[in-house]
Order: sequence, then C-alpha cells, then structure tokens
Amino acid sequence: MSDLRELYQEVIFDHNRNPRNFGRPAKVDRHSEGHNPLCGDRLTLYITFDQAGKIAQASFEGQGCAISTASASLMTEALKGKTEAEAEVMFHNFHGVIMGTSDVDPAALGKLQVLTGVKEFPARVKCATLAWHTLQAALHGDQQVSTE
Amino acid sequence: MNQPLKHLPLRAYDIESIRADFPILHTRMHDRPLVYLDNAATCQKPAVTIAAEKHYYEALNANIHRGVHLLSQQATDAYEASREAVRALMNAPSTQDIIFTRGATEGINLVAQSWGRSTLKPGDEILVTHMEHHSNIVPWQLLCEQTGAVLKVVPIDDDGVLDLSTLDQLLTERTKLFGMVHVSNALGTVNPVAELIRRAHAVGALALVDGAQAIAHTAVDVQALDCDFYVFSAHKLYGPTGVGVLYGRHSLLEKMPPWQGGGDMISLVRFTGSRWNHLPYKFEAGTPNIAGGVALLSAIEYVNALGYDAIAAHEADLLDYATSQAEAFDGLRIVGKAPGKVSILSFVMDGVHPHDIGTILDMEGVAIRTGHHCAMPVMERYGIPATARASFALYNTRAEVDALFAALTKVVKLFRG
Repeated sequence: MSDLRELYQEVIFDHNRNPRNFGRPAKVDRHSEGHNPLCGDRLTLYITFDQAGKIAQASFEGQGCAISTASASLMTEALKGKTEAEAEVMFHNFHGVIMGTSDVDPAALGKLQVLTGVKEFPARVKCATLAWHTLQAALHGDQQVSTE
Repeated sequence: MNQPLKHLPLRAYDIESIRADFPILHTRMHDRPLVYLDNAATCQKPAVTIAAEKHYYEALNANIHRGVHLLSQQATDAYEASREAVRALMNAPSTQDIIFTRGATEGINLVAQSWGRSTLKPGDEILVTHMEHHSNIVPWQLLCEQTGAVLKVVPIDDDGVLDLSTLDQLLTERTKLFGMVHVSNALGTVNPVAELIRRAHAVGALALVDGAQAIAHTAVDVQALDCDFYVFSAHKLYGPTGVGVLYGRHSLLEKMPPWQGGGDMISLVRFTGSRWNHLPYKFEAGTPNIAGGVALLSAIEYVNALGYDAIAAHEADLLDYATSQAEAFDGLRIVGKAPGKVSILSFVMDGVHPHDIGTILDMEGVAIRTGHHCAMPVMERYGIPATARASFALYNTRAEVDALFAALTKVVKLFRG
C-alpha cells in the first residue's frame, strides 16, 4: 500500500472528510462550474474579491472523489489574499508540476505538494486538476468548464 | 480455420481448464494476479480467437468480395462462414439479414439514419427506456433533431425494474420505434423484451433490441423474440473489438436506403446514378474488419461448446455469492436489485467515491469499472454521480469474488482509518 499512501496522504483524507470553504457565500464576484464527465465529478467554484482586488474568499460546492474534493479544498485555502495574476501563476505551477510539463520545484507549491502523488496515477490526474481548471475558467469569465 | 461453424459436443464446465484458455487471466497487475471483473466493458479473448485473428493475417489476408485470386476467395469464405455462425447463433432466417458493423453502437446509428431518417415525420415518436446505454439514446436524439420526431422514455423504479404502469400512455400509434436494452449494463436488469416487442407491434411500432450486454449471458432467438432489429458487439462475446452485428427483419432491410456509400455496397456506379448491392452488402460500405469478423466465429464456437445454460448457471452462482457478501458488507449499497438480473453488481459505499474505490482495488489487482457506465440518466435517476461495478464472465471464480471483497475491506480500512 506504499504507493497508495503516496496518493492518499493523511492531509487528503482530512480535507476530503472536512472540506474547507465548502458552500456558496452570500456575495459572489465570479463563479464557474467544472465537470469531469469521465467520473461524474462536478464542482462549482465561487470567488469574492476585496477592494484591493485580492481574493477575499474562494469557496466551492459539489461532489467528487477524495482527490478532487481535497484538491478543491486545499486550493481555496491557498487562494485567499492572492491577486488574479498570482492565482494564474498558482494555476500554471500546479498544473505544470502535476502534468510533468514544467520544471517548477514542487516545493514551490507549499501545502499543495501533497497532491503531487497523483502523478503516478494517470487515471486520477483529472481529479486533481478539476478545481484548478474551474479556477482558470472563473478567472477568465467562463461559467462552465469540462476536463474532457 | 476458415471452416464453417463446427457443432462440437458440449464441454464439461471445468473452470481451471476454461481459465487456461484465456492467456490474459494469467498476467499480473501491480505485482498481483489480475482479477478481471470489468467484463461488462469488454470480455477477455480465448486463445483460439486470438489464434484465429493471427492465422487470418498469416494465411488468409486479402480483400473480400472482389478478388479473382484464390486468396481473396478464401478470405471471403472465412468472413462469410462467420456471418453464417452469427446467423445460427441468433437463429436469424438468413445470412442476408446479418449486417456486420463496427459494434452495437454503429448498428443502432445505422437503423436511426437509414430507417429513421427516411421514415420519420415531425410529431412521430421514438420510445426508449430510462436504463439505456448512451448508444441507444444519442442516435435517436440526433434523429429527432433531424426529423422533428420526439423521444419518450419509459421510467424505472427504485430497484432498476422498468415501470410499465404508464406504458399505454407512452406507447401509442405515434410511436414508430421502441428501442430497449435487453440487459442493462449499469444495473444488470434483464428486461422482458419479448413482451415489450409484442406491445410495440400492437401499436404498429418497430422494436429494436440492444443486446450488447445480453449476448454473452443468454441465448438469443430473433425469430422467437419477433424483434425487428437486434444489435450486439463481438468484443462482449469474447470476440474481437471493432466488429458488431445488426440483425434486421428482411422486409425492412430491403426497403431501407443505404446509410454509408462506398465500395462493396454497390452493384453499379455511374455518374448519372448508382445501384445498390443486395443484402447484406448494401449496408457494408468499404473494407470491414475482416480479421476480426473471421475470428468472431471461433468465439461463437467457444461459447457454444460450453453452452449458454452452463454459462448462465455459473455466472448466476457467482452473482449470488457476490450479492450475499455485498449485502453483509457494512456501508455498501447495491444499485440495481431487479429479480433475475445477470452478471452485474453495481454499488456505492458510504464516504468513499467510486473513483477512489476503483484506484484502491486496482492496486490489489482487481479491475472493476467506476463511473456512469455510459448511462448518465440511470445515475441521475438514483441521485448518484457514479457507481462501482463488478461484472462477471464465464471464467470468473468465487475466489475472485473473495479477492474483490478483501480489497473492498482495504478500501474501508484506508478511508475510515
């Protein structure tokens, strides 16, 4: 089970059981709905900006597997206080590391590093990236995105 | 190997010798013996079928229905012997009524585009059931967009049984075709197709049966069923991928226009107009998957040698054994509890998404399907995004069912701590 423990780290179970920032806030500036048709996962991401243009709150709702739920939960935590440009960089760093297409040091991902075990499970990469594609769609003003 | 179908004496159901016939069952996944329980997606192939495909390329390869040379004649004979084997398997009246396709999906699309597009008018209705595979939904939706016809749906109950209480309202003289799945790939339900076909004919509608999931588990007699169309895929009958069968009632096939145009489907081509070939070739444009078509015969022989009765009894025992373990498993809920269902155990577990179940089982060597099984309306009906599905075939064992539940125990351990 050592490989499985790489994928299912304790932090992932924690965020799956108790997702942070779960639910729709009263005030929403941007939102987008992400869908992974292969496994039926759906999530809606809500973003609220403060007056300085930084993300005051990111939250989500929906249903998905442990990987997609934990990824969304960790992402919403990490987005707080970031500008749009910083959020874009976060997307590219995360996506690049998970897909193995960038030479960004995984350590730069901080807490999100627990999700990098997914690299060894190609069938699960889309689970980890669903929330992030939804983030990018929300930032770009697209209200729907699909991983297929 | 290009001989006509052999009628061999029934073979004893010796599971060890049967398993020895399937090379892939002896491979390992993640350093564990493969426990293949994804048979509803595709069945594994016996060595004789793999050998038949190899033999075709080594000894018979030529294009069919056109060459003057001996090799082409031998390839044609082998391909046509397979068509006769399919005819006999389904008890169709004639090989002219057996159209080779790429799969069950293509067969349904052929009927929709040839019969449907030339026949339907705005306001006509197509009826399907709520438990159809996408392949028996989407071709009709496309047809409805093209013709102005309307798609209607027979509901299902909580156990996964068709709710026929409203069938009289749904099946009317406006209904031109009733498309029904013989065995549900998501639920395992066996539908009362003979009765539904009779009801369809009573209002003047045609009946199409999607037998993709039935053909490996139950004998099919298209004349006894009295269906107008029956489709299946060879790869779900232990045969090659990329080969399918459409049986059609002869009088309908005669009237239907060609669907795809090209070589082989014509008798005469002039720029002023062309004439179509006779059946079944009118519907077989272009060079088909000859090797796969030829090898299908050996898969049919393999199944015949064991016999559908023995296969069904073996699989029923496995499903009963798995179902009783599932019912006793804490936090597991079976999706689809139709009486008399075959081969399929679809389920969900408290607090664990099916996709996570699938990954953890895979690490134990247990291959199952997780997801919507190309039946999103079924998932929606039960308010779930997906299920985990174990599906059994003629070569599975009780020990493999035990391996499935041992792996599910590991899922629980990992997720619930």
